[in-house]
Amino acid sequence: MSDAVPARPVPAVTPEMAPFWEAARRHELTAQQCLDCRAFRFPAREVCSRCLSRRAEWRRVSGRGRIFSVAVMHQANHPWFAARVPYPVVVVELEEGARMISTVAGVEAQAVGIGMPVTVDFDDVTPDISLPVFRPA
Amino acid sequence: MAGHPLRGSAAVAGLGITPQGKVYGSNAMGFAVEAVRLALEDAGLERGDLDGLLLNPGISWNDQGMGSFQLQQALGLRDLRLTASMNLGGATACAMIQYATQAIAAGLCHTVACVFSDAPLKPPAPGGARTSSGAAYGFARGFDAAYGFFGVNALYAMVARRHMHVYGTTQDQLGAVAVAQRRWANLNPGAQMHDRPLTLEDYRASRWVVEPFHVMDCCLVSNGGLAVIVTSAERARALRKPPVYVWGMAQGHLGGDPSDSLTSGAVLTREPAFAMAGVGLRDIDVVELYDCYTFTVIVTLEDYGFCPKGEGGAFAAEHHTGPGGRLALNTGGGQLSSFYMWGMTPVSEAIIQLRGEGGARQAPKHDVALVSGNGGVLSTHSTLVLSRLPT
Repeated sequence: MSDAVPARPVPAVTPEMAPFWEAARRHELTAQQCLDCRAFRFPAREVCSRCLSRRAEWRRVSGRGRIFSVAVMHQANHPWFAARVPYPVVVVELEEGARMISTVAGVEAQAVGIGMPVTVDFDDVTPDISLPVFRPA
Repeated sequence: MAGHPLRGSAAVAGLGITPQGKVYGSNAMGFAVEAVRLALEDAGLERGDLDGLLLNPGISWNDQGMGSFQLQQALGLRDLRLTASMNLGGATACAMIQYATQAIAAGLCHTVACVFSDAPLKPPAPGGARTSSGAAYGFARGFDAAYGFFGVNALYAMVARRHMHVYGTTQDQLGAVAVAQRRWANLNPGAQMHDRPLTLEDYRASRWVVEPFHVMDCCLVSNGGLAVIVTSAERARALRKPPVYVWGMAQGHLGGDPSDSLTSGAVLTREPAFAMAGVGLRDIDVVELYDCYTFTVIVTLEDYGFCPKGEGGAFAAEHHTGPGGRLALNTGGGQLSSFYMWGMTPVSEAIIQLRGEGGARQAPKHDVALVSGNGGVLSTHSTLVLSRLPT
């Protein structure tokens, strides 16, 4: 065990994000929706920055979107990722309008381009965390 | 035309720059103290002449509470009438000079030291293990870390990629900025990259950090300190060095997602700062733009109106911004090639140029300088128009 490769960093399940991870375990992608201005947002915020409403609910979203931007990481401070460079990190703009940080699986990093249609998939990283990733649609 | 009441009311009287780069044996506080000492000496002032102290703490200050008070104690300063620790990222330096000018003009204080220091670099470990400077800047928050999305480089890369997509900015145009600034640095003995030439071919061959950024697209990391002393124009004229007058200033913080606007807050600052200064772009002799990345220079050129929006890449590549070119831009080498003291890097080079102390890199005409600061990811922005002329 002493030579174990450091584990992949896993997000802490914060109270605000607990409903998201609960849905993710069922392989359902969710985002918060403001109950007043109806805007979707991600990650969780207590207050809608568009209309300042505090009323919001987690809603299942389509899981479809497009690559809004992409950065191909060639240098990573974490050993788990350092062993996997180059890899893409993307901003996906979901059909519902929210944007989320993610990655694209199943393609070469350099093949990921802005505008590419993608659809969500889940990587069961731990029993508690199923991480949303995207695949070319 | 009746001038703005703040125009020319205050001036930079002192500049202190400690050794920069892989300089060990001191910490952030030590560098700050030394920078202030050098700035006082440069101005011909004593510690007791200072009645204001503004601090922009770099990352190795570790969000130390009340940093400016800690620095006051370390410097043995008494009876200050103005102090604050400020953090607008790279926009802080110009903002500190703005607040100092306002306070001096309002009669709240008379002579203010504005200070930045940092010491993120550690000495090489025995046995040659590489000590990553990136670790210091490589923060990632929970969700982002799960995707290996680390650091400001990556955040900025996302925005740069959008700019390339929307406007057709090319990799070689980014490279042109790096090459031009390196040529300036080759003329600046104080630059970390002074002895290291860089061609576009070298740029293309340099390693990727995070696409679309090669290592040459990213600023250096430096240990060091830098202090600027601001005082009333009247007092500055009685001191050792030629005054550098504050003619115009403004801040602009756009909010929202920079990936949408692809714009810096320079668009908010250019009119008020130039109006206060009573100048237009054609009156600017020396341009010192905040350059955490090559990309930042391109965007900022656009947003001050040097070229139409989206054409900053072509402008930088074709406009000859290196030594002997048509625009004296980032004449010390900038943060890409001289040293990384956040917003103090462009501020200090403007002071050097306006004083005529630029040596081999001195711009032939140096009456008026434009300086920008930018923090976060195009999040905060500040502008100064400085001049060696009182009016």
